[in-house]
Amino acid sequence: MSAESENKGDGGVETREESRNGGAVATNGEHLVDLYKKMILVRTFEEACQRGFRQGKIGGYLHVYIGQEAVATGFLDAYKEGDAVITAYRDHPHALLLGSDPKNVMAELYGKGTGIVKGKGGSMHLFDVKKGLYGGYGIVGGHIPLGVGFAYAMRYQETDHICQLYLGDGAMSNGAFHEAANISGLWGKDGMNPCLFIIENNQYGMGTSVERTTAMTDLAAKFDAYGIEHEKVDGMDLEAVLEAAHRTTEQVRETGKPYVVEALTYRTAPHGAGDFFEKYRTKDEVKKWRERDPIGLLEHKLLERDELDEDKLEEIKSEMKETIQEVSKFADESEEPAMEELYSDVYSGSDEYMGEE
Amino acid sequence: MTTKNLLQAIGEGLAEEMRSDETVMVLGEDVGRAGGVFRVTQGLMDEFGPFRVMDTPLAESLIAGAAIGLSVNGMRPVAEIQFADFIPPAFDQIVNEAARFHYRSNGAWSCPMTIRVPYGAVPGGALYHSQSVEAWFCNTPGLKVVAPTFPADAKGMIKSAIRDPNPVLFLEHKRTYRLIKEDVPEEDYSVPLGKARVHRGGTDLTVVSYGLMLHTALEVARKISNEYDIEVEVVEPRTLYPLDKETILDSVKKTGKLLVISEANLTGSFSGEIAAIVAREAFEWLDGPVMRLGAPDVPAAAFAKPMLDFFVPSAEKIEAAMLELARY
Repeated sequence: MSAESENKGDGGVETREESRNGGAVATNGEHLVDLYKKMILVRTFEEACQRGFRQGKIGGYLHVYIGQEAVATGFLDAYKEGDAVITAYRDHPHALLLGSDPKNVMAELYGKGTGIVKGKGGSMHLFDVKKGLYGGYGIVGGHIPLGVGFAYAMRYQETDHICQLYLGDGAMSNGAFHEAANISGLWGKDGMNPCLFIIENNQYGMGTSVERTTAMTDLAAKFDAYGIEHEKVDGMDLEAVLEAAHRTTEQVRETGKPYVVEALTYRTAPHGAGDFFEKYRTKDEVKKWRERDPIGLLEHKLLERDELDEDKLEEIKSEMKETIQEVSKFADESEEPAMEELYSDVYSGSDEYMGEE
Repeated sequence: MTTKNLLQAIGEGLAEEMRSDETVMVLGEDVGRAGGVFRVTQGLMDEFGPFRVMDTPLAESLIAGAAIGLSVNGMRPVAEIQFADFIPPAFDQIVNEAARFHYRSNGAWSCPMTIRVPYGAVPGGALYHSQSVEAWFCNTPGLKVVAPTFPADAKGMIKSAIRDPNPVLFLEHKRTYRLIKEDVPEEDYSVPLGKARVHRGGTDLTVVSYGLMLHTALEVARKISNEYDIEVEVVEPRTLYPLDKETILDSVKKTGKLLVISEANLTGSFSGEIAAIVAREAFEWLDGPVMRLGAPDVPAAAFAKPMLDFFVPSAEKIEAAMLELARY
């Protein structure tokens, strides 16, 4: 019996009423409309980032979440205050969905002093501890052990918080992943690792497909080696993600044991804004996935159920465009950071800056 | 003879070595089908096939460690670490294993492997795409650390690195990949490791630099020659470890003054080693303090543009330091 069938609808797992599959979530139109708006927020924000990059307002490296919106939107709907969220470098949606002000997120990408980390980090390195974002990380796989550590501390301190640990398919061939998964499984035996591993399997680690990096392409099943149960979810279908998200976060919260959900998704955008011409995939493949675009799928459902009509959808999108225009304007007009910031926060505590200037 | 930029020259050197020696192979993240994020390995997979040009998972420890295994068994792997910032997981393999094999095996084994490492601050690179890591590895006997700056040198040195029986870390400054073009010979040639190059003769002071800073230093040296009649001798180590002390000392003994410029965080940087050697071995020739310029001691080349511009020693700072020392 797979972990999936064991856990789906298992009476032993207490789930929030509205999160049962086919139950309140599916029919709670208002909630879905709300989440639709969040997905539009993420998409519109990401498109504005791409524009900002093309205009030369955003420099460096930029990785957008276009095509994957349902994953973070669904899982972060199950976020509770006090939980920790840690992810890799495709991190804008996590900040936005946790409630970081889009203006400060955009300003960070523009390298401004009003940025979420004062212009020090940029796109890949968002941080907003107050909102639960314990960082976007640019070293693939490097953040995974950290999340497992967060989770242990949460139990040790007798809280019911959990860590939502996002990782990409590309991270799973990295040693840091295997080392962390191993100890998470072990600590979980004592209920000391409330860590929900959310694999954002978008099929490619940069330009190399899952099939070309591992003979064992069932990524969730890799966790079998570490005694951690797992399931897969259609990461393009918000309702499916939502159901899995609420059920599994509550399960992890309850048991203190790690759990894995592999969300099968696809970034229809290039890997990075300066992607190497996308030689690694075909236009047909991208087109095929675009037909299952998470926003398109949700719109279809909302229309079919008469939750919204075409006019309302357009209205939501155009309102969001205006909001994000303001966001970009704020970022553009913000001041550059003061140079003292380069030297602030090097050491914690009362230590003065001790380096050479 | 055709003009080539740095990345083309390195790519050409790699391809030529692969043509002439079938044990030479390339492995790394997206080096094959995608041709490398900086395009250095473009075309290699088409020409040499997937068994000699291997796309690896995102796993640097594996890349370096597998290269060791390949190298001690008759292959000459050229591993690419996509960004220098990604090298720490491979640190154990490089420092604890590759650098020591020859020593610990009574000379029975050696690791003829090359690890190409794009490094240096680039706009927007910030925390994980900007670091200068040379100091970490210049404290590792058994390993060679090279950092060519000009295209023709780089082509000749990638060949020497591949042919060298030891593990060689081959540093390539990202911001210089397309910065300049120069004539690069078509015929087979190599540039020896361990030999510095004097770029411009001078009598007033010696500047030692490499990477992007070398380009800036040369530019400033020309400027102050024109404006102030101060003649700076510019020495490029090309190989950092083992260092060609003699060329540096000869120059300092002539000029009596030394300024070392690198982009690494100043404290603990390799420029300190150069300063120490000169302070000891050219003490009696010195007519001024040994000076260094480097990045401030902060954890990252911060993202915002003015911070990055401040982080990397600028032409203005370099000019001020050169003038200060020349007038000392």
